[in-house]
Amino acid sequence: MPTKVIMPKLGESIVEGTVTGWLKQAGDEIEEYDPLLEVETDKVTTEIPSPASGTLLKILVAEGEIVAVGTVLAWIGEPGEEIPDEGVKVTHDHEPHETPDSESITDEPVIQRSAGKDEDLGYISPIVARLAREKKVDLSKVKGTGMDGRITKKDVQNYIKERTGEAEAEVPIWETPADGDLFRPTEMVFAKKGEEPTRVSRAEPSVVPGETISLSPMRKRIAEHMQQSKRTAPHVTTVMESDMSQVARHREIAKQEAGSGVHLTYTAYFLAAIITGLKAVPLANSSWTDAGIRVHQQINLGMAVALSSGGLIVPVIKNADELSLIGLAKKINDLAERARAGKLEPDEVQNGTFTLTNHGTKGSLFATPIINQPQSGILGAGLIQKRPVVVNDAIAIKPMVYLSYSFDHRILDGASADTFLAHVVHALENWQ
Amino acid sequence: MTEITMIEAIRQAMDEELARDGSVFVIGEDVGVRGGVFRATQGLFEKYGEDRVIDSPLAELTIVGVGIGAAVYGKRPICEIQFADFIYPAFNQIVSEAAKMYYRSNGQWSVPLVIRAPYGGGIGGGLYHSQSVEAFFTQVPGLKVVIPSNPYDAKGLLKSAVRDPNPVLFFEPKKGYRLIKGEVPEDDKEYTVPIGPAKVTREGRDLTVFAYGMMHHYALQAADTVANEGIDVEVVDLRTLYPVDRETILESVRKTSKALIVYEANLTGGYGAEIAATIAEWGFMNLDAPVRRLAGPDVPAVPFSHPMEEWFMINPEKIADSIRDLAAF
Repeated sequence: MPTKVIMPKLGESIVEGTVTGWLKQAGDEIEEYDPLLEVETDKVTTEIPSPASGTLLKILVAEGEIVAVGTVLAWIGEPGEEIPDEGVKVTHDHEPHETPDSESITDEPVIQRSAGKDEDLGYISPIVARLAREKKVDLSKVKGTGMDGRITKKDVQNYIKERTGEAEAEVPIWETPADGDLFRPTEMVFAKKGEEPTRVSRAEPSVVPGETISLSPMRKRIAEHMQQSKRTAPHVTTVMESDMSQVARHREIAKQEAGSGVHLTYTAYFLAAIITGLKAVPLANSSWTDAGIRVHQQINLGMAVALSSGGLIVPVIKNADELSLIGLAKKINDLAERARAGKLEPDEVQNGTFTLTNHGTKGSLFATPIINQPQSGILGAGLIQKRPVVVNDAIAIKPMVYLSYSFDHRILDGASADTFLAHVVHALENWQ
Repeated sequence: MTEITMIEAIRQAMDEELARDGSVFVIGEDVGVRGGVFRATQGLFEKYGEDRVIDSPLAELTIVGVGIGAAVYGKRPICEIQFADFIYPAFNQIVSEAAKMYYRSNGQWSVPLVIRAPYGGGIGGGLYHSQSVEAFFTQVPGLKVVIPSNPYDAKGLLKSAVRDPNPVLFFEPKKGYRLIKGEVPEDDKEYTVPIGPAKVTREGRDLTVFAYGMMHHYALQAADTVANEGIDVEVVDLRTLYPVDRETILESVRKTSKALIVYEANLTGGYGAEIAATIAEWGFMNLDAPVRRLAGPDVPAVPFSHPMEEWFMINPEKIADSIRDLAAF
């Protein structure tokens, strides 16, 4: 009896996910617990292990499709084993990102040949073996024109072209350029499908010469979120500046006390000040719903983390108000590190109620951040720089920072938003 | 754009950098009054004076040692080693000092130094005026190693090298000094070519030839020859050997599935071995043939006797033959 591969529930709040890559193809052998496919939920990619040992009989969900939790994704069993009727695919109510490959399921049994010396066919190169596997080509039917009758890549390409009558229109897999996998360990290169934007050498037809960078799932997700946020929420950005002298002083001492294990950054202070502000103005910790403004009981703070491969992700510190400053710092380090390593759990990017973006790390003074929906606000912290400021009618040099607060004007008005921001500034300037 | 020689491009680069930045100076054997044995520094002594175009003793260790000291002090020296064959006395300075300074001072000191050295055979120079020494240095993180193949890149890369905060070894294919001509922007004093990226200089589908310096020039000629026989060759000019542009290399292999690497240094342990390893390691699943190298034979040096030098040197005919072989595989 074959085994179903089911879309697992990857977290409390996860109801669906995108199948971003199959690590095995139909017909491949697989061991129980071996990685079988990759599923992406809110920019976090998770490997799904195989539930059984055997042969991957049939893949039901193509790469790029969004499926609900509980969907049957594939079947595993003995070669030739029949798949029960319930094996029909159930998908979520979404358009697939890409059309499934019509060739991915074939009725003809094909003898798999691996690269190396083959008794009947001579030397089979890695690319020929790969093409034959991916395109279901029986190599014994291909006429070799290479050295000593070896089957070359071109022979296989020509065979495929004749068999299907397909013109050059389809970009073959070996033409799709590097997927940015280069400087990682080879086992990852072989196991993973590219997340990073790929450089496409074949330019789109356009008047202006240039190259088209194809969209990674993350890029698409960011684009969707940003567009949707700007469409739904009327953004207003208000800016205040804060004197960071007290915080800087406190940080020097606290760093000593905390020891080398904790990397105490300004981010922790910003988050702590935001918590103060949110407690003073609970409306700033809310979401717009059709039923009304939902004020959250928890304070779950997201922090934007830029990824070296491009793109960004917003891990969330749940119940941040229950953590001490050092607790926040530890949590920040942990989440940021794992975010950069691509090791966040799906749950850890969910259910934020407010977001901090630290755009100052690259030198930006102030920004107009876009709200991370369905939250009501986002605070941008600029570069902390020493500036002359007037104190008691004298000019003093102080470490200053601009805080840019973008809020949803459906929920908050200028006065309430500025009250929140003033609390944040007050907390920072009077840090004890 | 005017067409100029490699040597003129290199001279212009130094002239412009000397004019642009007062901390730049040139030091080497005969670079001053005589204008360099290849005339790379001709006119610079007259223009910038003996303090900025310095004739050194015949001591390469000194040339580079002085350069490192000055660079640490904030100057931007361009050290000329008259022939790359003479670089060995300075090897310790380059590898132990220049390459490691930034690392061992934890980023406190850097060595913005350029070492120019003509390399390569095919000029009747014999054992001590023909060597290709790049592989000795591409194994040393902390150095950058650049080899241009045409005037445009030579000028643009040398200017980048002078402005780079790291020690850069700039090897010039001396056979191409006057042989290779090309267009270089005349008025644009600010054009540079970045250190790092390789360049696809000829697009093709059947196989890729990877080369640099003089061999790149020859590879293009060979590619033209075999094009008449229906072999469509892609040519990649590596330009910067360290750090190497793996992405461009692997992208090309992904397309053509066959790779030939050409270098004129000795075959064994030569720089092309690193390119071959890169392709084998990360491009394996795209290969349709073994990765091939065409390089100088494993004998101690380029012979002086002309027929023997011909035997040693890689030329367009030898490259074309290797291309035909690989295409037929």
